[in-house]
Amino acid sequence: MACESWKEKLDAYLDDELPEEEMRTFDAHVRSCPSCSTDILARVQMKRSIQFAGKRFFPSADFRKRLEQSIAPKPKPGFRLSWMFAAATAIILIVGMLTLTYMRTLAGRDRASRDHIFSEIADLHVATLASSSPVDVVSSDRHTVKPWFQGKIPFAFNLPELQNTEFSLLGGRMTYLDQTPGAHLIYDVRKHHISVFVFQERGLSLSLRLPASWDENSSSSKQLPFNMATWSHGGLRYFVIGDASAGDIDSLARLFKAAS
Amino acid sequence: MGSELAAESFEQLAMPHFERLYNFACWLTQDRQEAEDLVQETYAKALKGFSSFQPGTNFRAWIYKILRNAFLTSRTGLKATATVPLDLEGEGETLPAANETPESILLQRSDGQLVQRALEQLPVAYREVLLLCEVEEMSYQEISATLAIPIGTVMSRLSRGRKALRDGLRPQLRKG
Repeated sequence: MACESWKEKLDAYLDDELPEEEMRTFDAHVRSCPSCSTDILARVQMKRSIQFAGKRFFPSADFRKRLEQSIAPKPKPGFRLSWMFAAATAIILIVGMLTLTYMRTLAGRDRASRDHIFSEIADLHVATLASSSPVDVVSSDRHTVKPWFQGKIPFAFNLPELQNTEFSLLGGRMTYLDQTPGAHLIYDVRKHHISVFVFQERGLSLSLRLPASWDENSSSSKQLPFNMATWSHGGLRYFVIGDASAGDIDSLARLFKAAS
Repeated sequence: MGSELAAESFEQLAMPHFERLYNFACWLTQDRQEAEDLVQETYAKALKGFSSFQPGTNFRAWIYKILRNAFLTSRTGLKATATVPLDLEGEGETLPAANETPESILLQRSDGQLVQRALEQLPVAYREVLLLCEVEEMSYQEISATLAIPIGTVMSRLSRGRKALRDGLRPQLRKG
């Protein structure tokens, strides 16, 4: 083979890309050809120069770290989702339980407050009826009873017209609840005595004040053997209590609401 | 293969090529920030398409191919390939005989910076084939797979690339 033909394959020879047989023949030729061996020396030097010059850039440690983080195996999305779901459920449960506890506490406080007031009012009602002179002003005329309270209590209130009703006014007296003066009126319906108490709301201590929602939601309640209704109007707190039926208690309460 | 397992085996296969890929990316883009973006994009694409990689085939050629394709579609890549000489695929020329060759001068001076500058001046098509052959020590077959060109084209580009490098070195050596 002519030397020029070998030279065409010099690159492939140096890149180790010739078939094995051809490589061996080439080896033999190079050893006997000064021109080819000089050429090869030059090309080997160029290859080494490129190798040396080509390995030039190195990534920073920071970039390596960022890249590793970007391709690192991540936890299964399913696992993550289920974990998030579990966490969300736990939070909802905790919040729910706290809310329930809080509501129960509030409800408990309300109930305790209501029980306290009911027992106070019931005591006043029973104690008055048991007395030999339950009323200080004996009159069935509301126009007599109402003026009687003037100067005795620090507020005024209206008494309902009882004509065409089964209620009758027996009289009235001064009373005190939690050191607050108030009016106590006694009515009669089918031989049952019903007490109506009127107090200035701001005069009552906090423990005796009732939530406003009560006025709408529980106009009458059963407490021991008594029925009771309560509401607030114009800064006054009204209580109607007696052993009469809940219907009678409500009827009298409605009459008072209509008059005030 | 589970996704977690796939990511693990991808990491094991891909990370050993990280430094070399970065070096190659720098040579292609000639900008370190762009090279980082290119490598990041390459790894993201490779991880995403890892299921299409056939175990037992050449992973190195596969991931270099992804990097090169990402480069070709980048702004720098489009700009670089737009300036490739039209006669790029022509026949290679044999080296002229001379008493004082660039190689012999380099042998005496061991001046790496001159070669680096000459490599930088080469069209991307020559630069990449030379780097894959000399720096990455890829076989013609691997280069062919990476660049998606026939082996004959690999050989002709190598030949012309080497000549272009020698030609680029000559005036610099005269200056020096």
